[in-house]
Amino acid sequence: MARAAAKQTTKAKTAKAPATSDKEDLLGFYRQMLLIRRFEERAGQLYGMGLIGGFCHLYIGQEAIAVGMQSIKQPGDQIITAYRAHGHMLACGVDPKAVMAELTGRAAGVAKGKSGSMHMFQPKRDFYGGHGIVGAQVSLGTGLGLANRYRKNGKVAFVYFGDGAANQGQVYESFNMAELWRLPVVYLIENNQYAMGTSVERSSAETHLYKRGASFNIPGAEVDGMDVSAVREAGAKAAEHARSGKGPFILEMKTYRYRGHSMSDPGKYRTREEIDAVRQHRDPIDHLQARLEAAGLADDAALKAIDAEIRKVVADAAEFARTAPEPDPSELYTDVYVETAA
Amino acid sequence: MPALSPTMEEGTLSKWLVKAGDKVRSGDVIAEIETDKATMEVEAVDEGVVEEILVPEGTEEVKVNTPIARLKGDGEASSPSSKPADPSPPAGEGGPRSGSDEGSRGNSADVPTSAGKPTETPHPSASPPPSPARGEGNDPDIPAGAKLTKVSVRDALRDAMAEEMRRDETVFLMGEEVAQYQGAYKVSRDLLQEFGPERIIDTPITEHGFTGLGVGASMAGLKPIVEFMTFNFAMQAIDQIINSAAKSRYMSGGQIQCSIVFRGPNGAASRAAAQHSQDYSSWYAHVPGLIVIAPYDAADAKGLLKAAIRDPNPVVFLEHEMMYGHEFDVPDVEDWVLPIGRAKIRRAGTDVTVTAHSRMVGFALEAAEQLAKAGIEAEVIDLRTLRPLDYMTVVESVKKTNRLVACEEGWGPMGVGAEVIARVIEHAFDYLDAPPARVHQEDVPLPYAANLEALSLPSVDRIVKAAKAVCYR
Ligand SMILES: Cc1ncc(C[n+]2csc(CCOP(=O)(O)OP(=O)(O)O)c2C)c(N)n1
Ligand SMILES: [Mg+2]
Repeated sequence: MARAAAKQTTKAKTAKAPATSDKEDLLGFYRQMLLIRRFEERAGQLYGMGLIGGFCHLYIGQEAIAVGMQSIKQPGDQIITAYRAHGHMLACGVDPKAVMAELTGRAAGVAKGKSGSMHMFQPKRDFYGGHGIVGAQVSLGTGLGLANRYRKNGKVAFVYFGDGAANQGQVYESFNMAELWRLPVVYLIENNQYAMGTSVERSSAETHLYKRGASFNIPGAEVDGMDVSAVREAGAKAAEHARSGKGPFILEMKTYRYRGHSMSDPGKYRTREEIDAVRQHRDPIDHLQARLEAAGLADDAALKAIDAEIRKVVADAAEFARTAPEPDPSELYTDVYVETAA
Repeated sequence: MPALSPTMEEGTLSKWLVKAGDKVRSGDVIAEIETDKATMEVEAVDEGVVEEILVPEGTEEVKVNTPIARLKGDGEASSPSSKPADPSPPAGEGGPRSGSDEGSRGNSADVPTSAGKPTETPHPSASPPPSPARGEGNDPDIPAGAKLTKVSVRDALRDAMAEEMRRDETVFLMGEEVAQYQGAYKVSRDLLQEFGPERIIDTPITEHGFTGLGVGASMAGLKPIVEFMTFNFAMQAIDQIINSAAKSRYMSGGQIQCSIVFRGPNGAASRAAAQHSQDYSSWYAHVPGLIVIAPYDAADAKGLLKAAIRDPNPVVFLEHEMMYGHEFDVPDVEDWVLPIGRAKIRRAGTDVTVTAHSRMVGFALEAAEQLAKAGIEAEVIDLRTLRPLDYMTVVESVKKTNRLVACEEGWGPMGVGAEVIARVIEHAFDYLDAPPARVHQEDVPLPYAANLEALSLPSVDRIVKAAKAVCYR
């Protein structure tokens, strides 16, 4: 059994260009990735201006993962992730104004201003958080998968976590149950190479994280997380595996975060050159733009128009978040419990 | 009637498989018994002849230990039979009560002979001690001429660790980002450079695991300092802190020792919201076997952390992120070690006693200044150690001021303030001129929005209001 699983644990071939995405898809991906990028840049600005407080973790560099996976998500499939959540929410279609207003702690935010950057939820868009405790979402997401199997509803839970989170014990407790009970879960390890200042090499005995399910017989694959089409293709296979009752699947998305861990990270653990090299050669948005142009799917003018449109969406969200009123003081005491009729 | 489970009190004797006159051997099934949970077979435990069936089949609600038949052994007088081999319930279930309540330890410290007039010496070590020596002595005198140096709380903590590591090679530090990153909050700055990676150990993000490793290493005689990036993440590891570190000494009858310090920032930072802003003071202070320290200024941070590292017991050392950057005078003396288990009167006053720990001490001192302008002299007591709690210092103060405000950053219910007030009521009830008041966080998870966060957290203003209220002003 273990041998068979080990064989399934392969390096996905991600080099070849996918044939599946038509023009609409690729342009849509471009638009969404750009939305996340510009939104996060603006969030960083607002943080610098003191309009956003606490911890704020930006998704810049990792956009292709949320967007590529979203493209194969079916309605009702759930998404759950950690505190680096803004990009996933936007990909789920949550209103950028509501996300930005949450970041500034306003009543119009997705959580009425109560949660801030790290813990946002919008279950009606299949988004189950937004979790501040490293690793906690992995068990929770496996529980979403349990609910799906219980209801036999054919839905899959997409459970995101970082390379650092991949060392938490509850991840492996979850893996075991997920495979034992054949739960429809796709685990997505966003390996951006660092957990705060600790590189994967310094924290992990096995650095190929897609192999982490081997002793539970969970198949895994490594994916170029900077290539939206590769993400989409691998995601589709993994989701099909889970949806068809074969149990969980692990995708290790190789990616990179451009910014500091959070806004207060001095970032001395890596070099400027390292960051610049990724930006120049592996940037997911530049990469897609080049493909669009090379394939004649969009010209410069079309891309500029998308850019202008996104800038406006983000500027509006920021202005809304800056000026929207704070929550009413009475909100301090609401939502602690479900109100039950006396 | 045998008890077939630890909780069984009665059952139905549904069927007899033997009758009077039958010969039975031990192990023979002689009857069936039904409980609400199951039907069980009863075996004879002796050899002999069934002399008489005492409880006919079909009888309900037969109490455990009721004789159900008489068995006559070889050459023996008849004796009640069919008791299971050992009918006494397992130890701990219905066995003798352990009598482990603090108050029933047979120590008079907690039981005043008459209200307000405890007979014991006003000394915390008289309470059931985590260690008999706890709380002996006062803060060391600062030698005349000793320099006072301004040091941040952050550096005071670092200095304490560095000095203890130089002194004792079994002391080491482990935690997330403590080495190469120099500490998530820079408390371990330069330690890697001085002590190297064998003693300043970066861990993966695996709190439950590395805390267990730390406790295990302490069982083997090392003296680990386990840093939690914040105490919010120690919740991943709280099982090892409570079930392993705090209890192993007791469970081993004194054979195991866990000399270990769990430290890191505790409480609300700034806008970090619900999952990153909790005060765990009362959580840990609830647990016998742990020592819990929560210093306010740099001198206490240094002196108490050094004491904590030296202490043979597991110590939970609660720091505060918002205090790390604050500078205070620290005596420039050779070995600045403070006694664990002693509160400190930070400001003398006659009208109301205000207790606080950690960051709230600063709030209480500020409140005292404002109160002074209104003609109220507050005595501010820094609890410093929460377990063992130096409540007699508070009691003595209340005997003088007759009023009490107990402050903490965490939630009020079952909190530190509740404990302080209970102690004062036990020991100085007759001295109180007003019901004691508590100042604490609102009873909700800490919200993110700036206005809601400010409404939720305790403040100087609230301490002033509470103090005025207990003074009927
Ligand atoms: C249980 C727990 N421990 C520590 C932290 C502090 N912390 C927040 S994020 C983080 C690094 C996580 O890295 P990774 O899983 O790789 O995700 P990334 O930030 O790279 O997206 C740490 C240590 C936490 N939030 N929860
Ligand atoms: Mg990472």
